[in-house]
Amino acid sequence: MSVVNLVSFEDALASYDPVMGLEVHVELGTATKMFCGCSTALGAEPNSQVCPTCLGMPGALPVVNAAAVESAVRIGLALNCEIAEWCRFARKNYFYPDMPKNFQTSQYDEPIAFDGHLDVEVDGEVFRVDIERAHMEEDTGKSSHIGGATGRIHGAEYSLLDYNRAGIPLIEIVTKPITGAGAKAPEVAKAYVAELRELIRALGVSEARMEMGQMRCDVNLSLRPIGQEKFGTRSETKNVNSLRSVERAARFEIQRHAAVLSEGGTIVQETRHFHEDEGTTTSGRVKEEAEDYRYFPEPDLVPVAPARDWVEELRASLPELPRLRRRRLQQEWGLSDKDMQSVLNAGAIEPILETVAAGAPADQARKWWMGELARRANESGTDLTAQPITPAQVARICALVAEGSLNDKLARQVIEGVLNGEGGPDEVVAARGLAVVSDDSALGTAVDEAIAANPGVADKVRSGKVAAAGALVGAVMKATRGQADAARVKELVLERLGVEG
Amino acid sequence: MADLTRYTAAETAAAVASGDVSAVEVAQAHLDRIAAVDEKVHAFLHVDTEGALAAARAVDDRRARGEELGPLAGVPLALKDVFTTKGVPTTCGSKILEGWVPPYDATLTRRLKEAGVVILGKTNMDEFAMGSSTENSAYGPTGNPWDLSRIPGGSGGGSSAALAAFEAPLAIGTDTGGSIRQPGAVTGTVGVKPTYGAVSRYGLVAFSSSLDQGGPCARTVLDAALLHEAIAGHDPLDSTSIDAPVPPVVEAARMRDVRGMRVGVVKEFGGEGYQPGVMQRFHEAVELLRGLGAEVVEVSCPSFTLALPAYYLIAPSEASSNLARFDAMRYGLRVGDDGTRSAEDVTALTREAGFGPEVKRRIMLGTYALSSGYYDAYYGSAQKVRTLISRDFDAAFAGVDVLISPTTPTTAFPIGERADDPMAMYLADLCTIPSNLAGNAAMSVPCGLAPEDNLPVGLQIIAPAMADDRLYRVGGAVEAAFTEKWGHPLLEEAPAL
Ligand SMILES: [Zn+2]
Repeated sequence: MSVVNLVSFEDALASYDPVMGLEVHVELGTATKMFCGCSTALGAEPNSQVCPTCLGMPGALPVVNAAAVESAVRIGLALNCEIAEWCRFARKNYFYPDMPKNFQTSQYDEPIAFDGHLDVEVDGEVFRVDIERAHMEEDTGKSSHIGGATGRIHGAEYSLLDYNRAGIPLIEIVTKPITGAGAKAPEVAKAYVAELRELIRALGVSEARMEMGQMRCDVNLSLRPIGQEKFGTRSETKNVNSLRSVERAARFEIQRHAAVLSEGGTIVQETRHFHEDEGTTTSGRVKEEAEDYRYFPEPDLVPVAPARDWVEELRASLPELPRLRRRRLQQEWGLSDKDMQSVLNAGAIEPILETVAAGAPADQARKWWMGELARRANESGTDLTAQPITPAQVARICALVAEGSLNDKLARQVIEGVLNGEGGPDEVVAARGLAVVSDDSALGTAVDEAIAANPGVADKVRSGKVAAAGALVGAVMKATRGQADAARVKELVLERLGVEG
Repeated sequence: MADLTRYTAAETAAAVASGDVSAVEVAQAHLDRIAAVDEKVHAFLHVDTEGALAAARAVDDRRARGEELGPLAGVPLALKDVFTTKGVPTTCGSKILEGWVPPYDATLTRRLKEAGVVILGKTNMDEFAMGSSTENSAYGPTGNPWDLSRIPGGSGGGSSAALAAFEAPLAIGTDTGGSIRQPGAVTGTVGVKPTYGAVSRYGLVAFSSSLDQGGPCARTVLDAALLHEAIAGHDPLDSTSIDAPVPPVVEAARMRDVRGMRVGVVKEFGGEGYQPGVMQRFHEAVELLRGLGAEVVEVSCPSFTLALPAYYLIAPSEASSNLARFDAMRYGLRVGDDGTRSAEDVTALTREAGFGPEVKRRIMLGTYALSSGYYDAYYGSAQKVRTLISRDFDAAFAGVDVLISPTTPTTAFPIGERADDPMAMYLADLCTIPSNLAGNAAMSVPCGLAPEDNLPVGLQIIAPAMADDRLYRVGGAVEAAFTEKWGHPLLEEAPAL
C-alpha cells in the first residue's frame, strides 16, 4: 500500500471540483422483519429471532411487510420523490456467509421512490441535494470474526454468524451526483445526512441512530479539474457511521484524491474503509471489473403497486418537516440564526427537545447541551448524543440547579460523574457529596471568617460600595470549595455588614 | 379381505369412514406392499413407517370419538421429497441435503396432515426436480412398474411409480416443466399441474420459482380431484398464491359429460419426433371426445415451438439463484471443513461433491444467462417468449374450452438411453412446458398403450388459468369412456411385480 502525502484541503479545492454521491441505508423501525414475522428488537440472544424464511431454509418464501412499504412511501414523499405506480423486488446475487440465501432481496431498476430532492442548509445557505432513488431491501446477518488481529475475516480463526439482523427492512437512499458544493462539500455531506436523519426521525419510521448502525452512510467521492465536465474516477468509502465522520471522510478523500491526481497518478475505483480514530481511509476491495450481481425480478414476490389515493393520504399526513420545524423552534427559543446554526451543527435539537420534554426550561436545556456536553463531545470526538447521558438526566440536573441544590460549577461535576458511569445525577451528587452549602449556620461561619480576614473590603461595603462584596463572596466560595450557593452568600455578607442589597 | 392397495382413494376414504377397515390396516397394507416391491421399484427415498401408523391411528381415534372425517381421511399418500416435512428427512434427491431434517412443514404437508391423509414417506425424484427420468437422483433411479428397465418419467418419477406399483393410491408431485404430467403419462396414471398459484409453494424447495407448481397424482381422475381440493387454496405465506375460491374440481370430475364443450387440438404438437403409437392413441382419444359430443377443432399456437429454449433459459436462471443457498453454512452436507480451509473453499468442495452433473450444468447455464451483457439476449428474450406463449393461449382459449395434445412425444424410454444426451432428454417436456410458462392448468390422463411397445400413453388436457375444473370434466369423461371401452382401468394391464 502506498503512503500518500496529503495535499492540503485548500490546495485541493484550488485545482479540483469535488463530486459526491451519498448512499444512506436506514433500518426501518418496523416491529417485524421485511419478509417474515420475526421480531426486529435489538439486543436479543444471537439467532433467537429467526425463522425458516430469514434463515433462507430450503422451501421458505418471503412475504412483503406492508408497514415497511408504507414507511418507504412516506420517506419517498418526504424526499419529494415520485412514487412508483408499480414496482418489483429484484434479487441481487452474491455470496457471503452472513447472507442466508446468497442473494439479497432488493430493488433494482424499479425503485419504489425516485427523482426527489432534499434541501439542506450550510452556513445559512440552502443547498439542494437531488435524490436519485429510495428503494427497499433487507439487511444481512452479522459476522464476528474471532481470532486474528484485525477483526476482519482474513486471519481470523473462526467466524460466528448471527442472523437476528438478517431480513430487517432497509431503505437505501441514493443521491444524484452532488456537484457545485466546492469547499463546502464535506459540510454539505454532513448536513445532508443530518437532515435526512432528522427527516427519518420526524417521520417516525426509524430512530436512525447511527451509533447503533440503524443508519449507515457510504460516501462516494471523485474529483475533476475545475472547469472539466466529465466526472473523475470515484472511491466508495463504506459504513461511515457518524455525522462527524461523514464530513471527515469526505474531507480526507478530497485531500487524498488531490494528492494522487496532482502527482499524475490515477484513482483506482475501489471501496475504502474509514478509520474513526485517525480520520483516514484505507483501501478495501479493488473493483477490477464492475461486480455482476445478476439482478433479476424476484419471482417469489408479486409486484408492489401503491394505490394512488393511499399515496395521497400518506402525503397529506406527513409530519412537519425538519427544516420548517427548525424555523419554528428558532422562534420559540428566541435564537439568532448563528445560535440556531450552532445548535444544529452540534446535533443538539433532539436532545434539547427531549430534555425540555423531561421538564427542563428550553434555555437551560440548550445551555447544558450546547455548553458542557458539546465541549466534552468535541474533546472526546464523539457525537453529542452518543455520550452516555440521557436527556432525562440533563433535565434532572437543570432541576437541581433551579432548586438551588447545585450551582453551575457543581452541575458540571455531576455531568462528569454521569459520563464516567457513576450513576444518575442524584447518585453522583450523593456519592461525590456535591450538594450546595446553603445551611446558613455553616455559611455564616464562613462569611464571618471572610469578613474578619478582609477588614478593608468589609469597610468599603459598609460605606455603601456594594460591588466590593464580590471579593468577600469569592473568598467564601473558595473556602467552601465552590459548594456554596453564591446568591445566598452575597445575601449573608450584605446582611452581616448591614447593607441593603 | 380385499387387497386394500387396489382401492382408489375415494373407496379407501369411504371404507375408513364407514368402519369397514381401519386407517391403520390401510396404512399397514401399503407399508407391506412397499416392503414387498420397493426394492425393485425404488419409488421411495424414505419410508416413514412410524409417522404413517401414528397418523393412521389418529384418524381411527377421531372416528372412534365420532368426529367427522374429511374426504381423504385415512388415505395413504406418497410425498415427493421436495416438500419439507417437519422431523422427516427432505433431500430433493440431492446429496447436498443428505441428512437434513427440516424444522418446519410445507403448507401442503400441513394441509395433508390436517385432512387426515397418511403420509407414507418421501418419493424419489431427479435432483432438485431437474430432469425427465428420475435418473438424476443422487440416490439411484426408479423403475417404471410397467417395465422396470425403463424410466418412470421425471422429475417426479417416484410419485408416479408408487401409484402404478400400488404402493400408494395418492401422491404429490411438482411440475416445473412437466414433472407431474410426463411421469403420469409414462406410468399410466393421472397427473395434474394446477394453475400457477393454486397450491402453496411454501415449503416446496424451489427449482424455478415462477414455474414450480405442486399438484396431485392419482390412479383416477376423481382421486386427483379430491387431492387437488385438499391441497389448493390461498396461503398467506406464499405471495404468489391465488386468493380466490378453488374451482369445483370434484364436482367436475363426477360430471363425465363433455357434450357441447369445444376442444382444440394443438397443431404444433405432433408429427416428426413423435412415436407413431403415441400419435395413434392420441388420435383415438380425439375421436373418443368427438363421439362423446365434444366439438373438436384444430388450433395453432405458433410460439409454442419457442417454449423449450425459453424454458431452458428461465428455469436455470432462477435455479442458479435459488440453489445459491446451498453453501454448507447452515444445513445439509459440509465437505472439507477440517479447520484449515476458508468458508469459500468449504462451500466449493461441498458443492462439487453435493451437486450432480445436471444440477451443475443448469446452475452454470443460468448464471451465464443472467450475466450482465447477456441478460437481455437470454433471460430478457425468454421472458418475451413467455408473453408470446401466453398470448397464444389467450387467443386459443377465446375459441375453445380446453386444448389437447399428447402429454409426451414418446413412451417410457430405457434407463440410460438418454442419460448422456441432455437435448434428447429435454424433448420429453416439449408438450408440457408451454403451460408452465403461461401459468395455466394442465392434466395428463391415460389414453391407452402404444401398440409397438405396450407402454402407456398420456393425453394432455390444458385449461385456462383458474379453470382447473375443465381438466377434471374432460379427464373424467375420457377416463370413464376408455375404462368402459377397455373393460377395466388401464393399470390392470400392468405386469405383476
Ligand atoms: Zn424470520
